[in-house]
Amino acid sequence: MIAIIDYRAGNLKSVERAVSHLGHDCVITSDATVIGAAGRVIFPGVGAGASAMDSIVRSGLDEVIRTEIAGGKPFLGICLGAQIILSETEEGPGVRCLDIIPGVARRFPPQVRKVPHIGWNAVAPVQDHPLFSGIDPRAQFYFVHSYFPVPTSDNHVVAVTDYEASFPSVIGRGNVIAAQFHPEKSGKSGLQLLENFCRWDGRW
Amino acid sequence: MLSKRIIVCLDVREGKTTKGVRFVDNVDIGDPVDMAREYYEQGVDELVFYDITASAEKRDIIIDVVDAVARNIFIPFSVGGGIRTLDDMYRVLNAGAEKVSVNSAAVVNHGIIKEGAERFGNQCIVLGMDAKRVPKTDVIPSGYEVWINGGRTAMGMDAIQWARRAEGLGAGEICLNSIDADGTNDGYELVLTRLISEAVSIPVIASGGAGKPEHLRDVFEKSGADAALIASMVHYGRYTISGIKSVLAKEGIPVREYTG
Repeated sequence: MIAIIDYRAGNLKSVERAVSHLGHDCVITSDATVIGAAGRVIFPGVGAGASAMDSIVRSGLDEVIRTEIAGGKPFLGICLGAQIILSETEEGPGVRCLDIIPGVARRFPPQVRKVPHIGWNAVAPVQDHPLFSGIDPRAQFYFVHSYFPVPTSDNHVVAVTDYEASFPSVIGRGNVIAAQFHPEKSGKSGLQLLENFCRWDGRW
Repeated sequence: MLSKRIIVCLDVREGKTTKGVRFVDNVDIGDPVDMAREYYEQGVDELVFYDITASAEKRDIIIDVVDAVARNIFIPFSVGGGIRTLDDMYRVLNAGAEKVSVNSAAVVNHGIIKEGAERFGNQCIVLGMDAKRVPKTDVIPSGYEVWINGGRTAMGMDAIQWARRAEGLGAGEICLNSIDADGTNDGYELVLTRLISEAVSIPVIASGGAGKPEHLRDVFEKSGADAALIASMVHYGRYTISGIKSVLAKEGIPVREYTG
């Protein structure tokens, strides 16, 4: 069973549909017991970082997430989920994020003329990771975002994407992996990436 | 590099894809779910379902279409036509659409953009705009006027000013349809598209007039559009998505060619 964490942010059903389409059992939940019993966890989300963190802290999900990650469970962050696993975000100055991977979610600088970055873009791995197993290097993925994750250490940057300048589009640390793009909306390559996550043992 | 998107538009009436000119003489041309799946296989980047169902009691059919599409294709798609309230937005988003497109309702009630963006996020809200070339006046300084109700009602609003206003209200993208070019197959309205694209910092989807791949090349190269909407070019089998992308790639336009 895969737990898709529900913290009232954005369209979780598209993630659920994609994972179900691949033949895996999954459930959208905010119940600590259900999340604890799941074999792996997906942490999706669109929307605003500060209000998402507020909702997570108020519901106690921050502790649940930290516990599951500490236990070694494979954990996939998507979009906003790739930002609030960092220490802080420029979207909400002063707001403490989950601090699972040290770093900051930064906004595209003013010289980038079109923000948000919306559409299909390439994702170039800078380190080997099981998530990219069998993914064609020409594959592109669907992005919709104004902020992107910047880990403090380059060791936590798994892949990068070019939008006027290069930014980290996949970050990871141990059993945690997180994509700034939406694999559930990225056609066959996105489904392959989700399938890779569903088979991953969490070791990296 | 960010790819230029090719978006296929499907007009849906009472659950069937139709094609007509100016919402009249529509003929059914297929099942929207089957067509969506076919374009997905061909590598389309995004889809738009435009609900032109006239009768109120049959409007729920589009929700079933959205739900079926969302279970079968895994790319973004938006739904437009008849979106008037936050509840209308919620219903199509909850059924699996990535975005909603508001057009006439937003012109009449600007608040729907702001409220929709606040509730669902800017990225969910596409402003659909129909614009028509008119003589330049103090009221319409750009020479492009906003029309609503499928191009039947002139609003006395300047298209550039409306685009900027909608961006300020929270629209995440603008789908810009030229009434003059629509249905001509002679190419997009490049001047209008460039003016809007330069006026806002959100993505602009060009719509109306596409007849051959070179028209997409022109709108990407000359007007700064981020995406191009097509319909009849592919609905009647004259072109395939992969064929169009291959022409664009040869012309040096960044497109997503590998689609698994």
